[in-house]
Amino acid sequence: MKPSRIDPEAIRSRLRQAQGRDYWKTLEELTNTEEFQRWAEDEFPHRSIEWLRSPNRREALRLMAASFALAGLTGCTVQPQEQIVPYVRQPEQLVPGRPLFFATAMPICGYGLGLLVESHEGRPTKVEGNPAHPGSLGATDAFAQASVLTLYDPDRSRAVTFRNRITTWPRFLTEAAGIRERQSATGGAGLRFLLGATSSPTLAEEIRELQAAYPKALWHFYEPVGGAGARSAAVFGRRLHPIFDLTAVDVILSLDADFLASGPGCLVYSRQFADRRRVTGDIKNMNRLYVAEPALTSTGSVADHRLPIRAVDVEPLARALAREVGAAVEEAPGKPGDAQRAWIKAAAADLQRARGRSLVVAGEGQPPAVHALAYVINEALGNAGRTVRYTEPVLLNTEDYMQSLGALAEAMRQGQVDTLVIAGTNPVYTAPADLGFAEAMALVPTRIHLGLYRDETAELCQWHIPETHFLESWGDVRAYDGTVSIIQPLIKPLYDGRSIYEFLAAFTTAPDRRGYDMIRAYWRKQSGSTDFETFWRTVLHNGVVPNTQASSVAAAANAGAIPPPAPSAEIVATNVEIVFRPDPTVWDGRFANNGWLQELPKPISKLTWDNAALISPATAKALGLRDEDVVEVSYRGRSVRAPVLVMPGHADDSVTVHLGYGRRRAGSVAQGRGFDAYQLRTFDRPWFGEGVEIRKLGETYSLARTQGHHEMGRRDLVRSVTLKELLKNSASTAHEGQHPALSLYPEYAYFGYAWGMVIDQGICTGCSACVVACQAENNIPVVGKAQVLRSREMHWLRIDVYYRGEPENPDVYHQPMLCQHCERAPCEPVCPVAATVHSADGLNQMVYNRCVGTRYCSNNCPYKVRRFNFFLYSDWYTPSLYAMRNPNVTVRSRGVMEKCTFCVQRIESAKIQASKMNRRVEEGEIVTACQAACPTRAIHFGDLNNPNSAVAQMRRHQLGYQVLAELDTQPRISYLEVVRNPNSEMPEA
Amino acid sequence: MKRVNVPISQPVPFSHEHHVRGLGIDCRYCHTTVEVSAFAGIPPTETCMTCHSQIWTDAEMLEPVRQSYQNNVPLTWNRVYDLPGFVYFNHSIHVSKGIGCSTCHGQVDSMPLMWRVTPLTMAWCLECHRAPERYVRPREAVFSMSYRPPANQLELGRKLIGEYNIRKLTDCYTCHR
Repeated sequence: MKPSRIDPEAIRSRLRQAQGRDYWKTLEELTNTEEFQRWAEDEFPHRSIEWLRSPNRREALRLMAASFALAGLTGCTVQPQEQIVPYVRQPEQLVPGRPLFFATAMPICGYGLGLLVESHEGRPTKVEGNPAHPGSLGATDAFAQASVLTLYDPDRSRAVTFRNRITTWPRFLTEAAGIRERQSATGGAGLRFLLGATSSPTLAEEIRELQAAYPKALWHFYEPVGGAGARSAAVFGRRLHPIFDLTAVDVILSLDADFLASGPGCLVYSRQFADRRRVTGDIKNMNRLYVAEPALTSTGSVADHRLPIRAVDVEPLARALAREVGAAVEEAPGKPGDAQRAWIKAAAADLQRARGRSLVVAGEGQPPAVHALAYVINEALGNAGRTVRYTEPVLLNTEDYMQSLGALAEAMRQGQVDTLVIAGTNPVYTAPADLGFAEAMALVPTRIHLGLYRDETAELCQWHIPETHFLESWGDVRAYDGTVSIIQPLIKPLYDGRSIYEFLAAFTTAPDRRGYDMIRAYWRKQSGSTDFETFWRTVLHNGVVPNTQASSVAAAANAGAIPPPAPSAEIVATNVEIVFRPDPTVWDGRFANNGWLQELPKPISKLTWDNAALISPATAKALGLRDEDVVEVSYRGRSVRAPVLVMPGHADDSVTVHLGYGRRRAGSVAQGRGFDAYQLRTFDRPWFGEGVEIRKLGETYSLARTQGHHEMGRRDLVRSVTLKELLKNSASTAHEGQHPALSLYPEYAYFGYAWGMVIDQGICTGCSACVVACQAENNIPVVGKAQVLRSREMHWLRIDVYYRGEPENPDVYHQPMLCQHCERAPCEPVCPVAATVHSADGLNQMVYNRCVGTRYCSNNCPYKVRRFNFFLYSDWYTPSLYAMRNPNVTVRSRGVMEKCTFCVQRIESAKIQASKMNRRVEEGEIVTACQAACPTRAIHFGDLNNPNSAVAQMRRHQLGYQVLAELDTQPRISYLEVVRNPNSEMPEA
Repeated sequence: MKRVNVPISQPVPFSHEHHVRGLGIDCRYCHTTVEVSAFAGIPPTETCMTCHSQIWTDAEMLEPVRQSYQNNVPLTWNRVYDLPGFVYFNHSIHVSKGIGCSTCHGQVDSMPLMWRVTPLTMAWCLECHRAPERYVRPREAVFSMSYRPPANQLELGRKLIGEYNIRKLTDCYTCHR
């Protein structure tokens, strides 16, 4: 059953009647019809058409095979004979059963994220951040967490192919030798290289080597997303790389910038931002964040003031703001409107009060003018050199990606290219639609592609070389601040892959070089030390090469270089704009075949397995649209069909579409999911543009959203205060509905350890790195869209999003929700087979081998955190995935309940280590997977029986509370209230 | 049905009786990680070859060992002590708390081929986890095959429990995760 149509009038009247704080999750919930209540109360709603679809033959056979296998494995049979295969020569440091950690780095869009990768007997199973790496500080993002799944992805390209036939690397070397011979004669005049963004110093050297060999060959770099740094050129006269320092920033204003969740340095900025908002820290000096953006992002969701604004209106806003702070720029005629002007005035006054301690950040999706305005504003506010500094570009490529790709397409059309070498990018899929890249490429006689997958570009190339994953190859990469890390492999290449270094070497006079030798040779020269081996071992061990950060340069922003505002009245069909954004989970499409990222609910929309056209409630009403309606989105002569998702807080007259879906040629996970927004993207305006037409097609399309799943009812779940309220009433914050716990039973005494967790909700940005970290650590399966539609996603940890206020511009709150390890756990007494019981240190234990699958526990859990294996969700049949699993966690089978264990394998391992040394586990020895991944350090774990532990102290904090404490479940997890810091001078919207 | 007291055939008929009782080799010479890891460790071929590159160098029985070493192909042994996949046993903590090898593995010094002497059922594990005083022995006797529990085992056991800080671990998560 579908929840009823959203009626904004009903919502508004309901909000008016509401008393006290009123938080909501979905627009349907706000209307609170009987229909919605029925739907929400159903634990596993039977609401999807896909669900009614009977399983196809293959699925039926698979399920039958699984049930027969289970029938054979009863308790009374002899266990099958197992083998033990020891080493022939055991590596020296390797202790079977104890993981080793190696430092390496993950490159994304050219920038490196330092990692420590856990290896079990040579198999990488889990990544953690490298605390010594300046871009990680110990944290990771969801992409890094999911990288192990990509490594073991069975859909990866495995063999060198020529015209779709399997061939060999030596044959390719012969082909490359031929190219070398032909091209050398002309100086490489017909040779073009197209690479993804890179910052690798060794690659830079190799490119110089190739440039010397082919002086006339041209190099192009293309990424569909990223490269905002190139937009600094106009205002500084040359390209510079901005680096922010948020530690001293009191007031931040984001011009459509999701700087806490995407782009280089976002993990560091998240940490610095959060450090100024910790309720346990110096809360009086809390920072304040203003965000003006079209669609809600992670950054916008933690803003103290957020202005939903169309992307095209950001530039007029920035101009008005620049004038407010005293910069000499022209204003756009007739813009911004009065309401926005009031917002700008208040924000500008605040920024000016914090001169030298403020920051304005321009977003990836904004044109050079907005970036220039941000630089000029920062200079006018005295921030340059204090909260933002500039360095020489970290990336090798400094040209604008679109210009670079456009030049290549033009050259191909002109017939100037006879050999095209593409490495590490997928332009056939990601190029703007109006560039005609694929058609132009077809004119090139020889096309060679290096890639992780046989993707859209591979399909159009005669030669395809499988690329090695970063976890199986040598390399080097620079962090957002320029610091170099050596990428060291954790495993031998699984398939016949080559790294980009080895691939490009095929075109040099020393074609068959090993990546390892190339990286070492480069750094042997660079190190300048007489003892290279010591240098090499040290940088590999630490994960960073010392003293390689980019040095700051003095730069003066030239306000005169900002182009005058564009003439306003451009003739467009409608004033509705389209906004293109990288997808929060599959990015530009490169992670589309990663099941963990596909099933990861997107931070705000909680959509899985699809993308959608996001519109505001008012726009939806005006167009007569509701969730899951299929529309035709037409823009500049092209159109796609997309399902609609009505998003609270979205700007009106604006449609946001995420890139990365609608893959035409990808693995089995990605193929055909969602729609391809690149089909609408244009070369001259890659990020947004007006003139979109939306036509309702009268069909619907099921979207697997987890936002309404695991409904805990309209109770006092999430709490917030403003800084002002907190400082005024510092003695206590009275909670409505909180009852003193009364019980007939005596309290249970915990003599040893008492594990507990504290989650600082106020600094959670919803980035979801923790969710994927939990999935990787605990062997959590992927269930697929059809099962998600039935609320059967298996994530042990979810991040609930709550809204407060009018749907046009609500406040947003993230609440990580996982097993609360209640001391009086409602799940325990209802289990008929005692499969869930309490441990002496207060863990709510789930015993898979006892569970018979009654699901009573899940039924009785008020937090809705238990997950049931309705089918054999874990992939027991794909050999490459065996190696990926954490050997210390059971791979669950069908018919078993599971849930968060507080990473008990980590707890037990630490307890054993401590017990062998006859001491207690010390503070900080146990770090749960979610805690380790968290960029803002919002999650704390430890022993509540240790009065000095962080959790024991934070649990006593005046803002600490337990969710549903009135049920007397006595959760071991407590939450800290969200603190927001609104500006009292800001006019109420 | 548990295969208890059934000798398991192996690719090389390695005799613990000969190596342990006959030659007096310590358990840890081959099972090197028993004190530090969950796994006691099965020796790599290299360990066999430390002696057998010098003695019995042309014994037919040892041909698979030499082949393994020369061709860099591991030996494949048949597992004797096999716990279900959902049970996580850690050798190192048991050894450090005074549980002797022979308590679970029996008198391996009298086994020409290995067999299992204990059922490895949960009830059997719990027999000790509920009352460790019945089995715990002094640490220095852990690797001894000739150790026999004294008449006052319970008294000694209680003393050692205090000394070694042994807890009765009967939480499910101790073994199941």
